[in-house]
Amino acid sequence: MEISLLKERERQVYTKGEKPFEMDCEKKSLAGAISQRACVFCGSRVVLYPIADALHLVHGPIGCAAYTWDIRGSLSSGPQLHRLSFSTDLTETDVIYGGEKKLYAALMELIDLHSPKAAFVYSTCIVGIIGDDVEAVCKRVSAEKGIPVLPVHSEGFKGTKKDGYRAACHALFNLTGRGDLAGITRHSINILGEFNIGGEAWIIKDYYERMGVQVVSVMTGDGRVGEIEKAHGAALNVVQCSGSMTYLAKLMEERYGIPWIRVSYFGIEDVSSALYEVAGHFSDAPSIMERTKAMVKEEVERICPGIREYRRDLAGKRAALYVGGAFKAFSLIKALRHLGMNVILAGSQTGTREDYAVLKELCDEGTVIVDDANPIELSKYVIEKDADLFIGGVKERPIAYKLGIGFCDHNHERKTPLAGFIGMLNFAKEVHGTVMSPVWRLTPRRAVGTKDG
Amino acid sequence: MDKGQNIRYTATTDACKLCTPLGASLCFKGLENCISLLHGSQGCSTYIRRYLISHFREPVDIASSNFSEDTAIFGGGANLKKALDNIRRQYRPGIIGIASTCLSETIGDDVPMFIREYREAYRGEVLPRIIHVSTPSYNGTHADGFHRAVRATVADFTGLPGCGCADLSHKRVQGLVNIFPGMVSPADLRYLKEILASFALRCIMLPDYSETLDGGLWDGFKTVQEGGVGLDSLEAMGDAEATIEFGRVLAFDETGGQILERERGIRLHSIGLPIGVMETDRFFSALEDISVIETPAAFKKERERLIDSYVDGHKYVTGIRAVVYGEEDLVVGIVSFLREIGIVPVLCGSGGQSRRLKEAITSIAGDGDIKGIKVLEGADFTEIEKEAEAMSPDIVIGNSKGYGMARRMNIPLVRAGFPIHDRLGGSRVLHLGYRGAQQLFDTIVNSLLEKKQEESETGYSYM
Repeated sequence: MEISLLKERERQVYTKGEKPFEMDCEKKSLAGAISQRACVFCGSRVVLYPIADALHLVHGPIGCAAYTWDIRGSLSSGPQLHRLSFSTDLTETDVIYGGEKKLYAALMELIDLHSPKAAFVYSTCIVGIIGDDVEAVCKRVSAEKGIPVLPVHSEGFKGTKKDGYRAACHALFNLTGRGDLAGITRHSINILGEFNIGGEAWIIKDYYERMGVQVVSVMTGDGRVGEIEKAHGAALNVVQCSGSMTYLAKLMEERYGIPWIRVSYFGIEDVSSALYEVAGHFSDAPSIMERTKAMVKEEVERICPGIREYRRDLAGKRAALYVGGAFKAFSLIKALRHLGMNVILAGSQTGTREDYAVLKELCDEGTVIVDDANPIELSKYVIEKDADLFIGGVKERPIAYKLGIGFCDHNHERKTPLAGFIGMLNFAKEVHGTVMSPVWRLTPRRAVGTKDG
Repeated sequence: MDKGQNIRYTATTDACKLCTPLGASLCFKGLENCISLLHGSQGCSTYIRRYLISHFREPVDIASSNFSEDTAIFGGGANLKKALDNIRRQYRPGIIGIASTCLSETIGDDVPMFIREYREAYRGEVLPRIIHVSTPSYNGTHADGFHRAVRATVADFTGLPGCGCADLSHKRVQGLVNIFPGMVSPADLRYLKEILASFALRCIMLPDYSETLDGGLWDGFKTVQEGGVGLDSLEAMGDAEATIEFGRVLAFDETGGQILERERGIRLHSIGLPIGVMETDRFFSALEDISVIETPAAFKKERERLIDSYVDGHKYVTGIRAVVYGEEDLVVGIVSFLREIGIVPVLCGSGGQSRRLKEAITSIAGDGDIKGIKVLEGADFTEIEKEAEAMSPDIVIGNSKGYGMARRMNIPLVRAGFPIHDRLGGSRVLHLGYRGAQQLFDTIVNSLLEKKQEESETGYSYM
């Protein structure tokens, strides 16, 4: 069966080599198209979620809080407050009379109960409609309780997930500039856009510490309010997952004059260049670069034999990837190439025009590039290009499995660290484990011997 | 008017409920070649998809009308119509189930009017059947959303209620039975169909996601999984001889079964979820009554084996104290089952807000005695756990979301209901009938034995 695209979606799909490169992106999702994206609230929630000593109160009816309760692999080395789900649980009466009283009561009660270091209040769709003055309630509670209480303007319909990132960045930015900077050295950084999935922030932090670079704060993996309040003391912002946190880096550059760089910690190539770039930034201390070189060499040597083993089986296999931000796609393409695999489909929910231009350069002829895809489009291309592997999140998993294709979860729900050098080995192991599984031999599309002669 | 504003208010922490559109989406997934469409923000459909996929491990495509700021100001009519166009083009569905959300309800969108306008605009074309259910998430829980979608579907396909066409002399098709099983697992649904077939009854099961949410792999592309209750069957609901509807709490509300009884004179057998021997006996007795056929030997044998195992295992469970939580009717069913095996359901919790849970639990306790059972209605997991700690329970029975509570109390969690996000096979957990009770009983006994064995110093391999 030929699967056709919706007309309005045609300009968001491009096959490398087939026509002049012109792609639409950064658009609102098409009604009825079944986008894989979520909403503004999701963007904010995903960025702030890992701050473990803050109260995250979702102001609205129950759904938004319930669906984001303890769903991520973001680990904390201490408090676990972020893993609870708090909601004002608005009912019909509140919709009529307003939810401010409940919001105030909820904040007062929960702050007394959990003694958080700060509170984030997420506005959901109807809060914007019923006209609650969330800002005023937050101010009042902040004054009464003596902790920062930050409104996050994340009404689901007011834009896309990216606008949610911005709202979260605003809240984070409001936390900075409050802390005491004693003890922060000249060779210090903030790690931005690293969410400590499966302990990834710890892996990355360890690299920096071994290099002799001080990490002032991680935003937001294993995050602490106190560290974020001191973030303005760092000498450099190192931004991963650029879609979500570049905006904060820019705000901090403007206010505090902190320069920033974009990096990725996925794949040997990208993690190495991230570390070298940071070391290079501190050229006044050549010992940092020396240590970095030694460390990278040591780490690479440690994982190479394992990677070679996996690569032997994986070489020539075809991979499809569909991720949130395009920057992750760049790294994954390189990492997959390292495993000898070909990328036949690369897409993202929120890529920009510049992102897709880079993606196009990275991809081979014939690779399909998609923006804000849906299940039908993803199915179409994994079938047409005969993928052996799909990299995505939970929503993409059944698309792969139903069609007899291996799957690697590279989203926030996963529990395995895939960042850093050790993460590359984990990634290779996971990809190998799924692609080489014997189960595919029994699946209808790939059954051997018994069907189709 | 609800005096909610004056009652002492407590925030909800770790809710023991989900929002109404989730329930409606689940119901629509049990209709043949149906796509559900949530009229609201993109996030609603994506979050609900992820939540359902994590339990069922099947594709769940739910469309969104994708509100923007303009939509919220000017109304969602244009977006809804565009969504309908795009769903039709991409999926060619037979049915589109539209559920509203808190956003579209708050701005006052008149969805039935949008649907009429849409039909008008495409007059002469063959359109999919469009069903609408109102599910603002500030009113009720996912269980309510589910039942409202069932009711809306019944109303839509029978032209009821309020169409002024009450027709009690309507033709009856002998042996045709409507069954509205409520929010149970695909395995439960398959088992129910097997049971009804053995009574030579043809059933219209609403919803029927037994295949759509627990099916095999594909040999090629599919827009929607096969299975689900089809248009012809739905059209025939009004001709059925009888309706069986599960849910003692549900029965307090106006249900699909009640509408059919009132407007069409179709006899309604309203019974509790058939969990355990006693509630299942009531179900089988209803089937004997409708079909005038004696319960087939195979099920009598299942019943015999079940009771035999109750006896074999009773010493391991007598006096065991359980915490049970989940959708109200599931809790009622499990309580009925626990009481017949000698486990004391010391704490029954639900996020449901019917205010009928206690009454329903009392109704299943034959002697009306619910001493020793604490019932928490409209509760969250924080409240349930706080109460539970004071009751020193031995076991927790419910969905995955009680895992943290069970872990902190260091007692086993027997997973039942929805969602099961931390184990494989949530779709295949059987709760209903003698066979379901057998599975639950074995699992409960073995969980208790495992705990005892693991904690014993000797570690006997023989019991």
